[in-house]
Amino acid sequence: MSIMDDARDKWTGTINELTIGATRADGGTRTSVVTIGGAAALPFMNFEGPTPRAPVVAMEIWDREPDDWAQPLVDVFGAVLKSPADWAKKCVEEFGADMLCLRLAGTHPDFGDASPTQAAEVVKSVLKAVGVPLIIWGSDHDEKDNEVLPRCSQAAAGERCLIGAVKEDNYKTLVASCLADGHTIIGLSPIDINIAKQINILVSEMGLPLNRIVMYPTTGALGYGLEYSQSIQERGRLAALGGDKIMSLPIICMVGQEAWRTKEARASLQEAPAWGDEATRGIYWEVATASSLLQAGSDILVMRHPAAVAAVKKTINELMVK
Amino acid sequence: MFVIGERINGMFTAIGDAILAKDPLPVRAMAEQQIACGANALDVNVGTRVPKAERPAVMKWLVETTREVTDMCLAIDTPSLEIMRVGLDAACRKGTGMINSTTGHAEKLAAFMNLAKEFNASIIGLAIDENGVASTADAKVEIGMRVLAAAMEVGIATDSVYLDPITLPLNCAQDAPGIMLESIRQFKLLSDPAPHVVIGLSNLSQGATERGLINRAFLVMAVQAGLDASIHDPLDEELMNAMITAEVVLNKMIYSDSYLKAYRQR
Repeated sequence: MSIMDDARDKWTGTINELTIGATRADGGTRTSVVTIGGAAALPFMNFEGPTPRAPVVAMEIWDREPDDWAQPLVDVFGAVLKSPADWAKKCVEEFGADMLCLRLAGTHPDFGDASPTQAAEVVKSVLKAVGVPLIIWGSDHDEKDNEVLPRCSQAAAGERCLIGAVKEDNYKTLVASCLADGHTIIGLSPIDINIAKQINILVSEMGLPLNRIVMYPTTGALGYGLEYSQSIQERGRLAALGGDKIMSLPIICMVGQEAWRTKEARASLQEAPAWGDEATRGIYWEVATASSLLQAGSDILVMRHPAAVAAVKKTINELMVK
Repeated sequence: MFVIGERINGMFTAIGDAILAKDPLPVRAMAEQQIACGANALDVNVGTRVPKAERPAVMKWLVETTREVTDMCLAIDTPSLEIMRVGLDAACRKGTGMINSTTGHAEKLAAFMNLAKEFNASIIGLAIDENGVASTADAKVEIGMRVLAAAMEVGIATDSVYLDPITLPLNCAQDAPGIMLESIRQFKLLSDPAPHVVIGLSNLSQGATERGLINRAFLVMAVQAGLDASIHDPLDEELMNAMITAEVVLNKMIYSDSYLKAYRQR
């Protein structure tokens, strides 16, 4: 008998499963829900352990018309950019979105300063317009988010939304809301695995269990820190599979936001004639970023362009074939 | 680290009294306390206060009583093959078992390995053989190799084997800890994947003053050398904190400001 054992890695940990969205039977009004997590091995390595739940793509919509989005995005969505509910409908009905991520960008004091009541109305209108589960994301302005997100949480009570994002120094208000209204939460850490772990501890200490938290270790696009995102996610996932329960949480990535802010995605053909057609360049950038992050164990990819979404969903389906 | 809690042992007064009185409460409470403090497995030892003839029955009772509160791996602590079988039989009906322990004596090794195979249990192999306790690193490693080979012969995965270099009291063999550290390093090179290495930590400070400090200092050094399991008292908070910190410092665990709490939440 050989002294070498089977070289396949054996894992002791499993990523927590988490469901976003509640149907009528569970006290909500969603017509579909999304369950992520459950992985007991590195992504898609079925010979070492199962990846039972496919990663999910959520399409990003805003509460106000974005004024700095690249032309291919403006072209593909057109007039619906002015109405969050219509935008949501288009994503679901025309582009087959399984989940939406509503960014409350217009509540930021410098970009519209919409009130908590206005934001809550937008949330309600989107929930009414579509039946898919919803991610609700603030404006990344701590003080304003602490006013806006609790109202939105209340407006969506029972819908089991995924709401974010809390940080190490700003989490108590939103955790309390999510607990009260039956939601799940996103913990943001700035490419820092130690802070990611700390947030999980802090949130769970307030009574929101680890199986209701999704980690957002922040995302870098291709050419803009993708390797950091990849290695941080991978390190966290290896620890989780090795038995670190505090790190055994699903991960969300803001792919569209990061890919579409790169100059490669945005530059016009006149500005960069050697880079090829601007109508497809950004899409490729978004697809390349998303596909790489899938390999690091991302569970939710928030994306923007429908063509990129379709391509990544196809990739996921192919990777999930046993 | 795989911490095997040592406190369900008839040599401790409270458990010894509970055994004699057949009182399950102190046993259950001790199991629960050790788990809450971070134990990954519980050692079960009937001690010496009951007559030899009664020990198999007492082991059965002690294991079943512990099993009432946990599915956790139970390490059956006895040199007797007969008592080991009784203990494993009770432990493995609900959860997993561990043999604590076999020596490297050829006959004993074969018998205990077969038992481990039968119950799908993990097994601790001590660096003791026909010549007594191995006193040099080379001799300890040679016995370790024999233990591994015996495990492979019956088809037990390396992952289920724990090699123990044997801890001697510091106050009577001051060169022993250094030899142990060297043995731990060499055990880890015996196979790929490496076998686990375990120590019975408390022996080190037997009869010494500053027992807690000696245990803490050595455990930290042993973790650095590659130790990945230890039989000790998980209720000793400072010892556990030192061990957890050693693992964090060695990057075996992801740091967070609340890392001590995080470890115990596992």
